[in-house]
Amino acid sequence: MPIGDVLPEISLTLGAVAIVLFASFVRQRQHHWAAVLALLAIGLGAGLTVAQWGGTPRLTFSGVWALDGVALASKLVVLIAGALVVAMSPEWMRTDRRHGEYYALVLFALLGVIMMASASDTMELVLGVLLSSVASYPLAAYHRGWAPALEAGMKYFLIGALTNTLLTIGVVVLFGLTGSTGYPDIAQALATDSDRLALTIATACVVLGLTFKLAAFPAHAWMPDVAQGSPVPAAAFLTVIPKIGAAVALARFVSLLPPDVAWRAIVASISVATMTLGNVAALRQTDVRRLLGWSSVSQSGYALMAIVVLGVSDQALPALVFFLASYATANLAAFAVVTHLRGRTALDDYRGLARHAPIAATILIVSLLSLVGIPPLVGFFGKLMLFRVTLEGGYAWLALVAVINTVVSLFYYLRIVAPMMFGSRQSAVHVLSGQWARSAMAVAGVLLIVGGLGAEALSLFTGSIRFAL
Amino acid sequence: MILTAALGLPMLGALALAVSSRWTETAARRCAIVVSVLPVLLLAWAWRQFDPQGVLFQFVEEVPWVPSLGMGYRLGVDGIALAVATMSALVFSASIAYPVDTKHQPRQYYAWMLFLQSVSLGVFLALDLLLFYVFFDLSLVGMFFLIGRWGHGQAQLAAFKFFLYTFFGSLLLLLAIIGLYLSVEPRTFDMRVLIEQQPLAGAGMTAGLVFLALMLGFAIKTPVVPVHTWLPQAHVDAPGPVSAILAGVLLKMGTYGIIRIPFAMMAETFSRYALIIALFAVASILYGAFVALGQSNLKRRIAYTSVNHMGYTVLGIAVAGALIQDTEYARELALVGATVEMVAHGLITGALFLICGSFWQRTEEYDLDSYGGLLRQAPWLTAFAVLASFASLGLPGLAGFVAEFHIFAGTFGVYPWLAVIGVLGILVTAALFLQMLQKVFFGAMPERWAQFEDLRPIEWGVLVVLSAGFVLIGVAPAFLLTLVEASAALLVGGR
Repeated sequence: MPIGDVLPEISLTLGAVAIVLFASFVRQRQHHWAAVLALLAIGLGAGLTVAQWGGTPRLTFSGVWALDGVALASKLVVLIAGALVVAMSPEWMRTDRRHGEYYALVLFALLGVIMMASASDTMELVLGVLLSSVASYPLAAYHRGWAPALEAGMKYFLIGALTNTLLTIGVVVLFGLTGSTGYPDIAQALATDSDRLALTIATACVVLGLTFKLAAFPAHAWMPDVAQGSPVPAAAFLTVIPKIGAAVALARFVSLLPPDVAWRAIVASISVATMTLGNVAALRQTDVRRLLGWSSVSQSGYALMAIVVLGVSDQALPALVFFLASYATANLAAFAVVTHLRGRTALDDYRGLARHAPIAATILIVSLLSLVGIPPLVGFFGKLMLFRVTLEGGYAWLALVAVINTVVSLFYYLRIVAPMMFGSRQSAVHVLSGQWARSAMAVAGVLLIVGGLGAEALSLFTGSIRFAL
Repeated sequence: MILTAALGLPMLGALALAVSSRWTETAARRCAIVVSVLPVLLLAWAWRQFDPQGVLFQFVEEVPWVPSLGMGYRLGVDGIALAVATMSALVFSASIAYPVDTKHQPRQYYAWMLFLQSVSLGVFLALDLLLFYVFFDLSLVGMFFLIGRWGHGQAQLAAFKFFLYTFFGSLLLLLAIIGLYLSVEPRTFDMRVLIEQQPLAGAGMTAGLVFLALMLGFAIKTPVVPVHTWLPQAHVDAPGPVSAILAGVLLKMGTYGIIRIPFAMMAETFSRYALIIALFAVASILYGAFVALGQSNLKRRIAYTSVNHMGYTVLGIAVAGALIQDTEYARELALVGATVEMVAHGLITGALFLICGSFWQRTEEYDLDSYGGLLRQAPWLTAFAVLASFASLGLPGLAGFVAEFHIFAGTFGVYPWLAVIGVLGILVTAALFLQMLQKVFFGAMPERWAQFEDLRPIEWGVLVVLSAGFVLIGVAPAFLLTLVEASAALLVGGR
C-alpha cells in the first residue's frame, strides 16, 4: 500500500486520536493544550501536503484517491482554514466541560472534507461526506443545553440524513449503470451509450447530496440556523470548510458526465437560485450571525459559476479554488471578529464599534468588503477570476446575474458597516479575554490584505491545477 | 516615480492619521493640508516637464503586480489625464483646507479625505485597466464613509444610495473590462496595448455588449440622464467640501473613463453609436438645466447644473468620436473642449459647493427663498459666488466659456443641429444662476440673517486659489490648451 500518499490524512487521524486520549486524562482546565495539539497535527498535515506538491497528477490506492493539483490545493486551503478555526476556539470553549474533544471533532470533520475533495471513487465520496457530516452534527449542537443550538443541530442532522441518503441512492444507481465505483471507469462507461433516464436520476441525486454540504439551494436551509445557533467557532467551520470539499467533489463528479446530460444548465440554475435566495433572505436580517449564514449561502452560488464553465474555460478550476480560498479567508475573519466580541449577534450591539474597538471593527469591515469584492482585497481577485471564466465560457448572462446579486449583497453588508461607523454607543464593548481569538482575527485580517496584494502568489499556486483524470 | 509620489504621499498621510490616535485637531488639519498640497506641486512640475510633441503617454512607470493575469501597477499620463489630475489634486487641497464641522473626529475626517485624494488621482494616472478599476472602486468606499459619517440630513440614506447605485455601474465596468481583456492575445490589462490594438474592432455583438456595459458604467458615474438619480441626494446631504470633491473630481472619473476606455480602445464601435451618445448628452444638457431652474434648494440647484455641464463634456466626447470624413479639426476641438470643460467644471463647481458649505456652516439652511440681501452683510461671499456663477454660466473671459466654445464649435462641424439645441442649455443656465444670485444676495434681507458672518480668511484664501484657476484659464488658456491639444490630436487624428 502506498501509505506515503496519505500521510497528511494520517497525521490528522493520529492527531485526533491523541486529542481524544489527552482530553480523557487531563483536567478540563488544561484542555486548551488540545488546541495546540490540533494545530500541530494540522501543521504537520499541511507540511506533508506541500511535500506532495509538484508531482504529476495521478490516482492512487487503486484509483480511489486523487493526488492532483486540485486536491492538494484545496487540501491546503482546508487545512489553513481549519487552523484558523482551531485558533479562534479555546477561549470560547474554555467553560465547556467537553472542551478537549471539540478539537478531535474538528480534525475528523477536516479529514472528511479532505476526503471529499480527493475522492476519485463514489464510495470514497460517500465516506467523506458521511465522515464530515457525522463529525459536524455534534459541532453544531455543541452547547447542548441551549435551545437554538439544539435546533440548529437537529435541522442540520435531519437535512443531512435526507440528502446523504439521496447521495447514496445516486451512487448505487450509478453503480448499477456502469458496474463500477471508480471515476475513470464510470467516465468510460458513460461515454458509450447508457440509460439516460437512470443517469439523470443518479446525477440529480448526487448533485442534491452535494448541495447539502455546499449549503446550496435546495438543501441550504440548515445554514442560517447553524450560523446563528452553533458555537461561533463551529459556525465559522461549518459555513466555510465543508463547502470547499463539496465544491471540488461536485466539479470532479460533473466532469465525468457526458455532454448530453445537461449538467451545465442544472448547475447554472442551482447557482442562480442559490445566490439570489441567499441574498434576498439576508437583506432584512437583524441578527449578524444569521445574516452571515445567508450571505454564505449566496457565496456558494457564486462558487458554482466556476463549475458551470468547467471544461469550457481552462481556468475554471483555478478560479474555483481561488474563489473558495478568498471566501474562506473573508468569512473566517468575520466570524473571528464575532467570536472575539463574545458572539454578540444583534445588529444593535455593533453600533459605534469603530470607536470602541477599532481593530475588531476594521477587520470586520475589511472582511465584509472582501466578501463584496472590493479591490484590492483578496475577495476582489476571487470574484474577478470567477467573472473572467464565466465570460470566457460564454455565460455572460450568469455573470450579469452575479453582478446584480453582488450589488444586492453590498446593501446588507453595509447594514452591518453603517452602524459600526456612523452610530454611537454608551456601553463598553465586552471581548473574550486572552490572545487566541484576537490573534486568529488579526491573522485572518492580514491575510485578506496580503492575499490581495500578493494575489500573484495565489494565482501562480492555483494557476496550473487540473484533475488527474 | 513622480506619479507614484503624487498618489502615494496622500495615502501615507492617510495611514499616518489613521494609525495614531494622538493627533489634535489642529495638527491633523495642518498635516492634511500640507500633504494634500504635495501632489499639486508634483503634478504641476510634471506639467512643466511634459513634452507636447512627445509620445501619447509620458512619465510611464511599470511594476508587475499579478503578471499571470496580465495585471500590473502601470502609471502614466497623457495631456488629458495630466490636466484632469492636476485639477483634481487642487480641488482636493482646497476642500481639505476649507473649514468644516468634523463632528469630533477630525483625524478620521482628514484621513478619509487624503485616502480619497490618493485613490482619485490613481484613477486618472492608471495605465492599467484593472488598476483603474481598483482605484475607481476604492473611491466609492471613501466617498461612502465621508458622506455617511460627516453628512447632514439623511446622510446615511444618501451614502447607501450613492454606493449601491454607482457600485452597480462599476461592476458593469468590471465585466466590460474583462471582456476587453479576453479579446487580446496575449491577455493583458495594459491600456497602451489595448489602445493600439483596438481588439474588438469588427467583433459585432460582443463589441456591442462590451461597449454598452462600459458606457452604462461610466454614464452612471458621470451622470448622464436618465441614470443620474443618485446625484442630487448625495450632493445635498454631503458636507460642503465633500460635495465639492464629488462634483469636482468623482464625476470626472466617468467622462475621463469614456475618453480613456471606450473612446480610445473601441474607436470603431464608438463611432457607430456616437450620435446616440450625443443625443443622450443633449438630453442631459437640457434636462439638467431645466430641472436646476426648478430647484429652490441652493445645493440641489448647483447639483443639477453638474448634470448639465457633464452633458457638455459627453457631447464633446461623442462628437470627437464620430469618425465622419474631413472633420478631424472639429472633432479635435470638441475633445479639447470636453477636457477643458472637465477642468473648468471641477474648479468652478468645486468653488460653488465650498460656498454652499459656508452657508451650511453659518445657517444650516439651503432654501433659496429664505435668503435675500446678503450683499451688504457678506460682500466677499457675494463676490466669489457671483464670480463662480458667471464662470459656470459661461461668461467670456472665464474658464467655462473657453470649454463650451470649443465644444460647440466642434459640434457645429459634425452635428450642427445638435449644437443648436444644446446651446439652449446655456441660456437656461444663465437664467438659473442669475435668479439664484438675485434671490440670495439682492433684495431685502430677512431679519434672521442679521448675524450672518462674511467669509473668514481661510475661506476666501481657498476661494481665491480656485477662482484664480478658472480666471486664468479664461484669460490665458494657452498653457492648458497646448497640453490637451497634443494628446487630443493623437487620439482623434492618429486613428
